[in-house]
Amino acid sequence: MQIGLSHYLSVAAIVFTIGIFGIFINRKNVIVILMSIELILLAVNLNFVAFSAFLNDLVGQIYALLILTVAAAEAAIGLAILVVFFRNRGSIAVEDINMMKG
Amino acid sequence: MILVSLFFYLFAAILVAAAIMVIAARNPVHSVLFLILAFFNGAALFMMLGAEFLAMILIVVYVGAVAVLFLFVVMMLDVDFVELRQGFLQYLPVGGLVGVILTVELLVVFGAWTVAPNLLTSPVEPIPAAAEASNIKAIGELLYTKYIYYFQTAGLVLLVAMIGAIVLTLHHKPGVKRQNISDQVARDPKTAIEIRKVESGKGL
Repeated sequence: MQIGLSHYLSVAAIVFTIGIFGIFINRKNVIVILMSIELILLAVNLNFVAFSAFLNDLVGQIYALLILTVAAAEAAIGLAILVVFFRNRGSIAVEDINMMKG
Repeated sequence: MILVSLFFYLFAAILVAAAIMVIAARNPVHSVLFLILAFFNGAALFMMLGAEFLAMILIVVYVGAVAVLFLFVVMMLDVDFVELRQGFLQYLPVGGLVGVILTVELLVVFGAWTVAPNLLTSPVEPIPAAAEASNIKAIGELLYTKYIYYFQTAGLVLLVAMIGAIVLTLHHKPGVKRQNISDQVARDPKTAIEIRKVESGKGL
């Protein structure tokens, strides 16, 4: 059976939904939510590279490189915020993030 | 050709299984390790698509930097992760329902994806044949010429992220004596030395 574009897109779609699902069910643990975001970005990258390969167009790979950069920056900033939050509140539970509630 | 299918299904199955374990593992350290496994298999899929450079970058950036950063934070924070898992089953039915619906919808959309034939004949930047130029050479020739602004924007994003992370996590504890270089440099003999006339026999 020939592996085509839709195979790769299906894998990316499944990984994407697992990432979304991870955000749904881990309502308390911010670290797992950040990891779910990484999974979502991996799925997006997989889509870009699959389209790039099957459309024979290199721009998709260059754009995937940009997404990779943004994902790394997002992880660094997110974890820095997490560390600062833990220092201030002593907890990383999502329901404790309510200091800005009036 | 059968080998290609075999490896595709192998990598895809491990990728999906590792992704499920990332969100389902009890211990967040295990979650990070499964995230590394997922990225390795994602890199293998990239490799199968002919994107060797991106596959290597994925391993270097994610396994080498991001996953280690996650591991570092998980181990640094003294958090009771068992307590954080409460409510896991509470959201499982609704979350599972939404997740299944989303998966089915995406699979219906993507499963029957076909590309318009005129798109195949007119790529913006055609990928050169493997014998002509390697993937990394082709990307370099595009990234450093036509897409140089994208490249520099990526660098700027990383710079801002680096400064942001440093500014966020840097904090000075009150009451800790630190070297103040500008104060030291600004000193002159007038402020540095105090001359007193000491009367003999009395002392200060």
